[in-house]
Amino acid sequence: MPKDSGIGTSPKRREDIRFLTGNGKYTDDINLTGQSYAAFVRSDVAHGKINSIDTSAAENMAGVLAVFTGEDFADVGGNPAGWLINSRDGEPMKEPKRPVLAHGKVRHVGDAYAAVIAETAAQAQNAVDAINADITELPAIVDMATALASGSFVHDEIETNQCFDWGWIEDNRAATDAAIRSAPHVTTLSLVNNRLVPNAMESRASTADYDPGTGDYTLYTTSQNPHLTRLLICAFVLGIPENKLRVVSPDVGGGFGSKIYHYGEEALVLAAAKKLCRPVKWTASRSESFLTDAHGRDHVTKIELACEKDGTFIAFRTDTMANVGAYLSNFSTVTPTFLHGTLMAGNYTVPNVYVNVKAVFTNTAPVDAYRGAGRPEATYSLERVIDKCARELALDPIELRRKNFIKPDQFPYASAAGLEYDAGNYDALFDKLEEIVDFGGFKARRAESEKGGKLRGLGINSYIEACGIAPSNLVGILGARVGLYDAATVRVNATGNISVMVGAHSHGQGHATVFPQVVSEMLGVEENSIEIVHGDTSKIPFGMGSYGSRSLAVCGSAVVRATEKIINKATKIAAHMLEASESDIDFKDGKFSVSGTDKSVAFGEVAFKAYVPHDYPHDELEPGLEETAFYDPANFTYPSGAYACEVEVDPETGQVTVESFTAVDDFGNVINPMIVTGQVHGGIGQGIGQALLENCTYDENGQLLSASYMDYAMPRASDLPFYTVDHSCVTPCTHNPLGVKGCGEAGAIGSPPTIVNAVVDALHSGGHTHVTHIDMPVSPARVWSAINS
Amino acid sequence: MYNFDFVKPLNVADALVALASEEAQALGGGQTLIPTMKQRLASPEKLVSLSGISEMQGVDISGNIVTIGGATTHANVALAGAFEGLTGLAGGIGDPAVRNRGTIGGSLANNDPAACYPAAALATGATIVTNDREIDADDYFQGMFTTALEDVEIITAVRMPIPQVSNYQKFEQPASRFALVGVFVAKYADGVRVAVTGASENGVFRWSEAEGVLSTNFSADAILGMSVDSSEMISDLHGTKEYRANLVRVLTGRAVSSAS
Repeated sequence: MPKDSGIGTSPKRREDIRFLTGNGKYTDDINLTGQSYAAFVRSDVAHGKINSIDTSAAENMAGVLAVFTGEDFADVGGNPAGWLINSRDGEPMKEPKRPVLAHGKVRHVGDAYAAVIAETAAQAQNAVDAINADITELPAIVDMATALASGSFVHDEIETNQCFDWGWIEDNRAATDAAIRSAPHVTTLSLVNNRLVPNAMESRASTADYDPGTGDYTLYTTSQNPHLTRLLICAFVLGIPENKLRVVSPDVGGGFGSKIYHYGEEALVLAAAKKLCRPVKWTASRSESFLTDAHGRDHVTKIELACEKDGTFIAFRTDTMANVGAYLSNFSTVTPTFLHGTLMAGNYTVPNVYVNVKAVFTNTAPVDAYRGAGRPEATYSLERVIDKCARELALDPIELRRKNFIKPDQFPYASAAGLEYDAGNYDALFDKLEEIVDFGGFKARRAESEKGGKLRGLGINSYIEACGIAPSNLVGILGARVGLYDAATVRVNATGNISVMVGAHSHGQGHATVFPQVVSEMLGVEENSIEIVHGDTSKIPFGMGSYGSRSLAVCGSAVVRATEKIINKATKIAAHMLEASESDIDFKDGKFSVSGTDKSVAFGEVAFKAYVPHDYPHDELEPGLEETAFYDPANFTYPSGAYACEVEVDPETGQVTVESFTAVDDFGNVINPMIVTGQVHGGIGQGIGQALLENCTYDENGQLLSASYMDYAMPRASDLPFYTVDHSCVTPCTHNPLGVKGCGEAGAIGSPPTIVNAVVDALHSGGHTHVTHIDMPVSPARVWSAINS
Repeated sequence: MYNFDFVKPLNVADALVALASEEAQALGGGQTLIPTMKQRLASPEKLVSLSGISEMQGVDISGNIVTIGGATTHANVALAGAFEGLTGLAGGIGDPAVRNRGTIGGSLANNDPAACYPAAALATGATIVTNDREIDADDYFQGMFTTALEDVEIITAVRMPIPQVSNYQKFEQPASRFALVGVFVAKYADGVRVAVTGASENGVFRWSEAEGVLSTNFSADAILGMSVDSSEMISDLHGTKEYRANLVRVLTGRAVSSAS
């Protein structure tokens, strides 16, 4: 009989009832007695010197309680980068201070240089309009190549716009260069990985409260990782003792990376709440989200693939400029380096890999990790140049990839880009893809499209990614300034139901459903009697939140370890209750029994005994049944996949439509197949958005042209096909207890090159063989221009 | 958004009185005005809603003329099914929420260069009926966001002669889903009219060369070799002048092929 609960089943997401009936509780839903409102004065120029700020008129306006400028925060710390990157010459990266409010200069459109607190949000906004700043506009530094050559600087004190010049692996550089020089064939491709605005459905919001009696602060904020936010605010920015600041991230409506980071608005509302002894609330408008949420991607890359005439890969060499924007956001330095360069060997047995990344300051919003964070950029570069290579050598794109795949018997495999892949079977993924997709029928489908005046293309892609970033010991050596473990506390209550406090944070992932499946499987307790607690530093152990597809692989492992401790202690209690030796106790289906007898006690009885410890071995055991585990992984996990899609191109208008999309992924063991499928659907949707629609664009003056939904194209349901998703190819992760990998970002990593490969294929079929590449988004205008160039 | 007063008169006369005060602004369906106010880019002291005026509601088909009340929503124009081009155009504006708020009078008064209705009005040689005069469509549209309307003047109705066949082809701007280019083709006994929206820096216009050719040979093939001057086309994030000029030709051909 198939299982009807626990690991491998698909109970519906229990949190959805709450969300769908309007009972979610988001930061903006929290209203405190005596609450006041913050509004920010934001720069309308990309680069300018602040000569003076006249706040007097604003201060005298109705309802205004306080006005802050950068001067008020001149003596507090800056918001730091979480990862130190050293340049090729050994010099540490440039780290200009990122202040709470801009001071001295404004550095991007939207950079906040003053804030108003007022009785109402409208009064605060009116006062914002009354603040007069004398700002001398300076030439905007927007284009990365120009920035590197420029004599004017985003940050004058560092006298360069280059944050770092990183080589990976520097010792491999000479060999890679030599291999490319002598290779029989080299394919070269220049491409742009387009800049994206995250567009979480819920805009950022923060409400701060201060208790003058105790000196305790509470910050309600839209964070993917409340403990990290607390650490940054306390240890680096405001200096509040950690035990005096409670950070609560209630329901959060999507993050995609943009809510990992600490932002100045959080520090401002905290400082204002203390000054006024009143709660202070701020909720971003959508326009503020466009201007100030950390953007994603924005790489300009040249990649070279050297190979034998038969397609055997010899080397990949990548030169990338990565935009970090005006300030270093918390993970902005690791994203284009260790989350990108280390993946530049792909799924392949290529012996030589070298990656150079120059990170560049510009007068644009900060850029940081966005769904996939570095791995989509790596996959896109690799899989586009491989596709171009296949075309140049007239090789089948699947066969070229298969020829170079790491084979199943080669794991664990040390890649030429410095990672050790623990498990994978890339040929099996393509076997499955070929089983699902009717490649044989493609010619007929293409002919059918051509009858309607359309060109049809087939795109193939392979990816590997690294998620659940770890281990702390290694990343520390590589420059990380935080640990990358996670934590869970399993609290069995006296009546047998269970609270699980997790360091992971759910902002769409479905933790409230999935973690109980794991605990239920282990304890034999019904899923519905297990509740997940997250998002409140006063309730949960110190965890690192959710990003980088880490929740299950890292925090889920902590849940397993804590639950094992529960079983261990409960077994001791049961042995006492059953008057048996601990070694004779079997635990199965929620029941402790003495081997070879019919004597048993239920898990609930043991729990009750732990809290009503009459007749209890007090000399050996403490009462209570609550255990905490911290889990620090031994390695990344390495999901991989084989993707295919078919597109139709209207050559008269350039319009691309995605006709089919198939994703075959190896996520290791799967806890809830329905939720995994949903994660893949969402990731592909975002990937198709990047490939066809989304384009964050600044003009030469640093004005954001795509600053609203009138100009920033989001994917809609009508733009997307029905997907075929398969995750039946499983190579379990070898180093975590559940054998799981991560699934949250895979779709966004694997889909963009699949789409662009298909578009190029379509154009070639129509005789437009001069088109070897089109930069994303592959918009109708760009396709038409490429055809007619 | 700044504070404002709101009135909802029940007839045109009361609306004109309300609009006579300084800083008053007529409100149709609010699909442009309300977002503009939310951005604090407009700050009328008083909004005069036209949605309560029953004499400005509804679609009347009499003989070869369709008369549409100025406050009629896109959804109701689509439902009325007056003629194919108009029905398709109205049913394709925005999404259901937009179509159930936005009005034909609001759209024509605003004259957004990427709006759909100006193409229908111009291609059908519509008469724009206001509270005190009637204006030919050829005289009404005077460039982006500019019309022949006076300060206090309300579009009470739009009259369109029903064409023999017609079609509207819209190529959507990928973000806003407004018309990147929209072409309305209307065939009458005395000739063909082709109106183009979305493409020009001067707003909606008639492609007279194509009209001439199509009036003698109403087929897509007839305009295959033609091109429209791109010099005054819009160039932006979503397409160059040349791309828009191409779309004008392509969509005109498709409108002719699809016209019924």
